[in-house]
Amino acid sequence: MTHMTLERPAVVASTRGARTPRRRSLRSEQIGWLFVAPFALIFLIFLVAPLCYAFYLSLFSKGLATGTVFSGLDNYVKAFTDPAFLNGVGFVAGFSLVLIPLQMLLSLAVALVLDALTTRFARFARLMVFLPYAIPAVIGSLMWGFLYSPTFGPLSQITEALGTAQFLPLSPDNIFGALVNIVTWQWAGYYMIIIYAALQGVDPALYEAARLDGANAWQIAWRIKVPLVSSALVVILVFALIGTLQFFTEPQILRPIANGSIQPDFTPNMYAYTQAFSYANFNYASALSFALGIVVFIAVAIFLFASNRKRKGFSQ
Amino acid sequence: MRSRIIAPAAVATALIATLVGCTPGGGAAGGGTGGATGSQVNPTVTAADCTNEIKKADVPLVSVWAWYPNIATVVDNFNEGHDDVQVCWNNVGQGGEEYDKVQTAISAGKGLPDVVMLEADHISAYAIQNALVNLGDYGVDAIRSSFSDGAWKDVSQGDSIFGVPVDGGPMALIYRTDVFDKYGVTAPKTWDDFRTAAEKVKAAGGPLFGDLGANVPAVMMALQIQKGAQPFQVDAADPKKLTIKLNDSNSKDVLDFWAGLVKDGLVGTQDQFTTDYIAGFINGDYGTYTSAAWAPGYLTGAGVGEGASEGKFQVAELPQWNTSSPVAVNWGGSAFSVTTQAHDYALASKVAQELYADDASLEDGWKNQVIFPLNQKVLTSDAFIDNKSEFFSGQQANKEVYVPAANDYKGFVYPPIIVYYYAQLQEVLTQVNAGTLSGSDAADQLQKTVVDYAKGQGFTVSE
Repeated sequence: MTHMTLERPAVVASTRGARTPRRRSLRSEQIGWLFVAPFALIFLIFLVAPLCYAFYLSLFSKGLATGTVFSGLDNYVKAFTDPAFLNGVGFVAGFSLVLIPLQMLLSLAVALVLDALTTRFARFARLMVFLPYAIPAVIGSLMWGFLYSPTFGPLSQITEALGTAQFLPLSPDNIFGALVNIVTWQWAGYYMIIIYAALQGVDPALYEAARLDGANAWQIAWRIKVPLVSSALVVILVFALIGTLQFFTEPQILRPIANGSIQPDFTPNMYAYTQAFSYANFNYASALSFALGIVVFIAVAIFLFASNRKRKGFSQ
Repeated sequence: MRSRIIAPAAVATALIATLVGCTPGGGAAGGGTGGATGSQVNPTVTAADCTNEIKKADVPLVSVWAWYPNIATVVDNFNEGHDDVQVCWNNVGQGGEEYDKVQTAISAGKGLPDVVMLEADHISAYAIQNALVNLGDYGVDAIRSSFSDGAWKDVSQGDSIFGVPVDGGPMALIYRTDVFDKYGVTAPKTWDDFRTAAEKVKAAGGPLFGDLGANVPAVMMALQIQKGAQPFQVDAADPKKLTIKLNDSNSKDVLDFWAGLVKDGLVGTQDQFTTDYIAGFINGDYGTYTSAAWAPGYLTGAGVGEGASEGKFQVAELPQWNTSSPVAVNWGGSAFSVTTQAHDYALASKVAQELYADDASLEDGWKNQVIFPLNQKVLTSDAFIDNKSEFFSGQQANKEVYVPAANDYKGFVYPPIIVYYYAQLQEVLTQVNAGTLSGSDAADQLQKTVVDYAKGQGFTVSE
């Protein structure tokens, strides 16, 4: 939008006459800024300023017994050598590696199936698959906490009825899978909708052509539909990567009932939260947040670089 | 093309979201704004800010944060009895939730109420940040005789008094009479007896005898102190000098004792204050509950002692290591502190001293088992001492167990780094419960982590 308002008058000005192009474009530039201003103001106040302030905070260190002293990048050195932070980063990295492919495969499969169906059931199914995303993450986590509970949860009652050993999803060995399950449940529907929307944008003539050439449903799905929604898949992957590296809500909610499987430094974001609000160490927490931001940025950059190269390779 | 536009925006969004956790309360980069001396001007609290209804207009308000279950009644009692000051009360969360807000407000340099309810173990953490007012300067001596020396010690640092005690948690052993009768064991007098009884119950196919909840580190600290450990000492003249001894032989003995019970399957490893634990407790999955005087009230509120578990509980003195020199210990309990952000220290101090100190409120508290009061007025009254506890099927629990334990309590020294210490103790206890760490190793590991942290915070540490 803003792009258009900036460009179009400029073009008009240049075609009208060469007499006062500079003044005209200057004024139109000013009008452009006027359009941008409401957004820019909010952007500056709620994004740029807090970022700068947090960065400023991260350059100091404060101890309970010392005052606040300028410490330069010491907090960052500390963060990247802090086993608690590094373990947390390792956890979310591993979590992403398992979760994201699983989530994407699942949402892609559901989207393809729902795209192929034309019955009334398809609309209902679409809504049902999407529903978990409409449930706030906190409520969803509480619900799963109940389902996972060894005393009240149906899971343990089922395993008990089957006569097998009690299944404890929240035990240290199973917590990884338990969280993968919650996040997949919560987000797969949302990703499904994105892919589904992209599929709706595909020209049906392509399918017809493919069928005339003798392609079956599988081949249409794999050779035509999937490549055509690949840009939507990239978007999903970036969203999922960013979200997962910042994993916070679900483990934070489940922590009180996880019987020690989730410690305060379970994920980098939880660790930053604990440092800030339990240990009063806002400076180190700011540094941890920026350190995590750097990790996220690098991860996304690497991925985008790789996927761009790959797609270029395809088109050639 | 589309993804290329979205991606940088998404990255930017990610950065903000990452930072949301730390920016809003970010406050005091200047450090210890709460430490400014003298009273600061608070934006005056108005009646609209209070959870309770303020019935007397044109009287100065004092804001209070507290979470006692009957605090609404207590506040109304106070306000009815005072024409010179009215309490404006809010509940901002229980325990940890409130402390996170208190800590944030201290760092921000604003946002604290005038008077805040704190558990005794958290007082020194805020005192060292100059967030609490020394009540010794505001006439607290007048009520000195209302509380025992142990109670005062818990809220003091050196000669400075940072809180007015309200309730305490003298520890004792609650046990299930049905389990004890069925397996023929009696209330253990010593910890060795405790283990013997646990083995006997287990050998006969009985339930777990107790529970080592990793999320109640304060219990472990108290049990270690009971055997003679002295985890922390704070230099009275300079609170920045700490002595930390978390891995002496007494500390290790107690950790090894409980680790051994866990290893042999004699006690459970369930976190406490959870529905799973309470459900198990109602079910009779645990023979005993190592707890404090407020436990009957808490358990009743959680539904224990009704239905199938009605009339199944008794309480005995906490087992001892050496019966010839018994040691009483404490878990929990709280006080009212005045913050340095209060707009009128003298008035706030008056509220801290008189809130929850009138007869009606105290009676409401102990009769409903909401608190175990530390006020000597109550502790020495016949009605309190002779009371027959409904939860314990008519046992005179106060007379037999809790009042003697409260009177024998000598007070603990709590370090300013208590939050960190508890978090680390909880972490090693989790590992002890998982069987991946021995009790002694847990003590050694804890000592190292906590000492490193204390040094990093600028304390001078002796080991």
